[in-house]
Amino acid sequence: RWEMLQLPLVVTAQVDLLLVLVSLLAFWTRLSHLNYPNAVVFDEVYYGQFVSLYMKRVFFIDDSGPPLGHMILASGAYLGGFDGNFVWNRIGAEYPSTVNVWSLRLLPALCGALCVPLVYLLTLELKFSHLSALGAAVLLLLENSLIVQSRFMLLESVLIFFVLLAFFSYLRFHNAPSSWLILSGVSCGAAVGVKYMGLFSYLLLLVVASLHTWKLIGDKTISHMNVCVQSVHRVLCLVVVPVLLYVFWFYVHLSFLNRSGPHDQLMSSAFQASLQGGLSRITRGQPLEVAYGSQVTLRSSVSQPIPCWLHSHKVNYPIRYDNGRGSSHQQQVTCYPFKDVNNWWIIKDPGRQQLVVDTPPRPVRHGDVIQLVHGMTSRFLNSHDVAAPMSPHTQEVSGYIDFNVSMPAQNLWRVDISNREAESEVWKTILSEVRLIHVNTSAVLKLSGVSLPDWGFRQLEVVADKLFKAHSSSLEWTVEEHRYGTSQEQKEREAELHSPTHIDVDRKISFWAKFVELQWKMLTVKQEESEHKYSSSPLEWITMETNIAYWLHSSTNAQIHLIGNPVSWGVANLSLLAYQLLAVVYLLRRRRGLKDVPDGVWDQFVCLGCVCVGGWLVNFVPFLLMDKTLFLYHYLPALCYLYLLSPALLEHAHTHLLSSVTHQRALCVGALAVLLSIFLTYRTFCPLTYGSPELSAHQLQGLKWRDTWDILYRRR
Amino acid sequence: PNSFQTTFTPVSKDKNSQTAGHLAGGDTQSSNGPSGQFLARESIESPSKVLLMLVAGLSFSTRLYMITEPPHVCWDETHFGKMGSYYINRTFFFDVHPPLGKMLIGLAGYMSGYDGTFPFIKPGDKYENQNYWGMRGFCATLGSFLPIFAYLIVLELSNSCTAAIIAATLLIFDTGCITISQYILLDPILMFFIMAAVLSMVKFNQQRYRSFSASWWLWLVLTGINLAGALGVKFVGLFVIILVGLNTIWDLWRLLGDMSLSLVDIAKHFLARAFALILLPVILYVTIFAVHFVVLNKSGPGDGFFSSAFQSRLIGNNLHNASMPEYLAFGSTVTIKNLRIAGGYLHSHWHLYPEGVGARQQQVTAYLHKDYNNLWVVHRQQDNNSQSGNPDLVRHGDIVRLEHKETTRNLHSHLHEAPLTKKHFQVTGYGINGTGDANDLWQVEVCGGRKGDPVKVLRSKVRFLHRATGCVLYSSGKTLPKWGWEQIEVTCSPYLKETPSSQWNIEDHINPKLPNISLSVLKPNFLEILLESHIVMFRGNSGLKPKDNEMNSKPWHWPINYQGLRFSGVNATEYRVYLLGNPVVWWINLASLGLYLTMVAVASIATQRGFSLEHSLVLVRGGGLLMLGWLLHYAPFFTMGRILYFHHYFPAMLFSSMLTGLTLDILFRSADLLLHPPYSYWFQRAGQLLLLFSILYSFYLFHPLSYGMTGPLAHEPGSAMADLKWMDSWEF
Repeated sequence: RWEMLQLPLVVTAQVDLLLVLVSLLAFWTRLSHLNYPNAVVFDEVYYGQFVSLYMKRVFFIDDSGPPLGHMILASGAYLGGFDGNFVWNRIGAEYPSTVNVWSLRLLPALCGALCVPLVYLLTLELKFSHLSALGAAVLLLLENSLIVQSRFMLLESVLIFFVLLAFFSYLRFHNAPSSWLILSGVSCGAAVGVKYMGLFSYLLLLVVASLHTWKLIGDKTISHMNVCVQSVHRVLCLVVVPVLLYVFWFYVHLSFLNRSGPHDQLMSSAFQASLQGGLSRITRGQPLEVAYGSQVTLRSSVSQPIPCWLHSHKVNYPIRYDNGRGSSHQQQVTCYPFKDVNNWWIIKDPGRQQLVVDTPPRPVRHGDVIQLVHGMTSRFLNSHDVAAPMSPHTQEVSGYIDFNVSMPAQNLWRVDISNREAESEVWKTILSEVRLIHVNTSAVLKLSGVSLPDWGFRQLEVVADKLFKAHSSSLEWTVEEHRYGTSQEQKEREAELHSPTHIDVDRKISFWAKFVELQWKMLTVKQEESEHKYSSSPLEWITMETNIAYWLHSSTNAQIHLIGNPVSWGVANLSLLAYQLLAVVYLLRRRRGLKDVPDGVWDQFVCLGCVCVGGWLVNFVPFLLMDKTLFLYHYLPALCYLYLLSPALLEHAHTHLLSSVTHQRALCVGALAVLLSIFLTYRTFCPLTYGSPELSAHQLQGLKWRDTWDILYRRR
Repeated sequence: PNSFQTTFTPVSKDKNSQTAGHLAGGDTQSSNGPSGQFLARESIESPSKVLLMLVAGLSFSTRLYMITEPPHVCWDETHFGKMGSYYINRTFFFDVHPPLGKMLIGLAGYMSGYDGTFPFIKPGDKYENQNYWGMRGFCATLGSFLPIFAYLIVLELSNSCTAAIIAATLLIFDTGCITISQYILLDPILMFFIMAAVLSMVKFNQQRYRSFSASWWLWLVLTGINLAGALGVKFVGLFVIILVGLNTIWDLWRLLGDMSLSLVDIAKHFLARAFALILLPVILYVTIFAVHFVVLNKSGPGDGFFSSAFQSRLIGNNLHNASMPEYLAFGSTVTIKNLRIAGGYLHSHWHLYPEGVGARQQQVTAYLHKDYNNLWVVHRQQDNNSQSGNPDLVRHGDIVRLEHKETTRNLHSHLHEAPLTKKHFQVTGYGINGTGDANDLWQVEVCGGRKGDPVKVLRSKVRFLHRATGCVLYSSGKTLPKWGWEQIEVTCSPYLKETPSSQWNIEDHINPKLPNISLSVLKPNFLEILLESHIVMFRGNSGLKPKDNEMNSKPWHWPINYQGLRFSGVNATEYRVYLLGNPVVWWINLASLGLYLTMVAVASIATQRGFSLEHSLVLVRGGGLLMLGWLLHYAPFFTMGRILYFHHYFPAMLFSSMLTGLTLDILFRSADLLLHPPYSYWFQRAGQLLLLFSILYSFYLFHPLSYGMTGPLAHEPGSAMADLKWMDSWEF
């Protein structure tokens, strides 16, 4: 450590050579031959598409995690001069020479390498010896799964890095109060920003910190004022800073990605209008207020199952459905997920015949009664007491055709603007959320979310529902495209409907509104969960019953697998069990007044358990409750905590449990033997970790230590 | 309260006494000895008796009032009434809940003269002349005990009549609690046992200075019995078991730290609790099931969920004293049942796999109900079935083709991914009239058999190995989406490990050319039945997924009383009952939760800084127990994937109301921290009166929710409930 510059010019530096050594080894194991294989490996195919979108500044939603992780990957790509022009379509696709693979993978690999010295330092902060620290670092260093996960464009190593950094800096602060606390807060914010999983480690850190603070409050030698100041300081650093940072990641994300892209349709019209080239290109210059005679497209406010527009076409409902129920046989009204000229509707004043906008335009207000005329077929939007095709408890909605069967037209709809407090009484394009209430039956126009069968071209069913939930967005419709109609004749009008809309206004949406909407969408958008060939259940991870094939050479047997080091894995499980057992025995005996270890050592032991066993628990148990598709790599953060635990526990046993020298020596020898076997296993699995050298089918067979592992052989 | 004053003298002066106070925790009272406590209890004894009578009277009268209205089936009465009838008729059925609640309903019906003939087909059916009042009255009686128990629990925890009476009042005048108690439902029975268990536990905690006395044993054993009752009604009873378990662990921990007790004493304490709280409930719980299986001995609607062996117990089932050809032969028509518990019959129907799900061929699934589409015909590889004489037996190692009887398609598999289990291959129905291809051939393998062994009907475990790919016919147990009619996925697994999922047995066997032999199937023993029925129940529970168009209630809706349940009637012309909590009561409860947390935070920080507050022990201990109860009965619902309803919140609501009583009482009394007497006394009285008045008045306003409304809906003019639709989401 640099102490001070003095005269005569003397530099006092203390260098922990062990630390330097493990760091160098870590860099060597994680960074060497980083650009091999020169092909897309496993989830690179997933993250890669987002990196490309970042390079092109195109907006996207990824429900797998907050944006910081993607940003870190993208910054690596940016440094390597990646232009985003690569199609991430399959695992194993070769990168062209224009893509700098090394830089794409550099940052995760760096984070992965830095985890090793961090674990070393963290063990020291837990007040264990340098030898334990070295042990923990070696366990992490020789863990094949961590190496694999670090060497590609994936996020787990980044997450682990930030989590470890957060704990390290917090404990450093706790042991010697200083400005390290702010770094801890920042790391927490970063960890949560990389993956939601970081949240659990963050909560654990908060619990540890509040326990410490609680002790501080109980310390009556400190004045009230001082306690207050200290507590506020902690809250600021550990709560306010991470929250602000989390929002900041989104701020950067949203201000950076300002172009429209593939995920636009999931967002509200107002959000889309704020993106360059998306909806704003179409809607720029539309009139704001919807008036009688306006030509509009009506978009449903729900994006489940997919966003769609109110639609009709020249096909009638079948006279009888498959199940024998009858229909009105009038023209179908559906919701259609693509832009189409048949999505246009004209707003008509029931009292007048004309379909053009007056000068000045008469805006439609909340509570007004209107008729909706389908632009291309001139049918009126109608509903009546006939059961809807797929949801028979609701009313059918149709384009009215008079078959002279005493089924009169019921085509009056009342406009109910549900966000009129926030917006205004006047129906506005994009901004107003409108319900259309059928005047005769007081049912509400609703997207039922069910697809129609073949006769309805698999479009979505639209119904009118009397029994509705008050705040359901399936009842809300917004005007998306809009223009003031000018053509009197039907032919003219059809031409007008085919022409693009244009006029000019600019609309802004605040950052907070965008943030809330994006965050909400990320948490609620459900991608269809299906089982993956390599997915696994959490209980399989503990014993490593499963592996993941990351990459297979296109012609040879060279392959990369996510397989951990089985020996270290066993050591980790063993120490977890041993700690719990020891803790129970200690607790019971202390309760009976038998103090096996002095209080200081006991505190150290408890702290170790809180951080390591607690860390394992919070990073493992939540997966048991999740419905998601899970993979072995989800277990890696939890595993790191166990690697932290093992050497420390060994040291504890050595110093405090074993009294005789021979036992202590035996333990040392045993530990050395285990370390050696860990190294040997690491060597054995290296070909599957680095993808080279290529192994023969027979050798691969030999590496299949468990029947349940899927190792791939190429038949030649 | 004067007896407490001495306990809460400021402790900050003396460091030693403070640590002692910390360690001993709950034993602070013991410094006064039992006598001091006894005095305190004596002083509240007499008004408490009178109040208890008052609570009981009000509780019974509100619950039993208009018990027979409406005279038609309401909401889930259609299930539980029906199941009560099944007990009277001794018909076997399947339900996702354990049997005690329905058994009690059946018993109540039987005692009150109901003959079990009413079909309970759907809500709204008129009861006509059936004796349904007995079943409703029974539920309402149990429901009437809830406020009484709440009164006693809070009294025990806080030693304050006021707190107890607040809690009881909240429950007596809550429209939700009244409504849910008045019908043939499991909830009043469940809540009765939950509250009784908590009451016995609290009473038991009070006996801690009289270890192993008669009353100590009484309350301990009662706790155990009530736990068994709660779990026997619904699995939600598990939450109260956890509550009691945590309390017991805490109690044992306290005893362990008591150095005056020897290890032998502690072992005695431990064994006593293990007997009364683990062993006894388990025995009772198992007994309930034993009674269930003994009573229900006739075949009924639930048969298909159970294994062939199980079904053979039931009178009227086709496997009961079954008689069929003993060995499987070519040309036989069979049903094939998966050996996984609740595995279903191999099934196919006239529907194809949808586009994008493997090859577009006919679906093959596993189906739990008996159905003609479960029938398959066993054929030889090349069929020339015009053979005379006795058909050949199918033996281990033979190659067969399984033809679906209704659709004449062959059981087929190929190298496409299965719809859900992507690691397996898809199984389809292929070909027509028996002509297919090489992928239709399966090799029969009798588990544990050798080449040439015949296949015994019902008794052999059989596997079907696909010839072309070497995979084995497998039922994954996953429910297919809507296109597969929510039946169970069938795949072909390349992993050949022998598991029940890949083993099948031949259940029905029809072959006119072979003689029928009476088969005495292996009768399963009781433990197997018990295990099987539990697995079936758990599967059923997690299989209750929300359907389309069905209102899915979210747990966060519940404490804010966001939306109720229609018990009866929808339109203006009908007699409507709407399950909704009294909003004033529920919102007071909600606010009290926040208030409680704030008060605890303030009190504990103050204590930690060395100040001492009156009541803080009651607040932390008693309130903590209730808060824990609330959390345990509420938080788990957030993680549940099954469909949830508003009424799931009611057990938690009971805890919440008791907590409110305790919290508000302490809040009123703590007025003397800020105000001087007599103002503090006035404040206290005014607060209590205001609370009482608002509860009573809101009950007056909302009582039609429970006792029935007719006429226009609330948002229409002229309704009795006009202006009471305070939230748009309420539907009355």
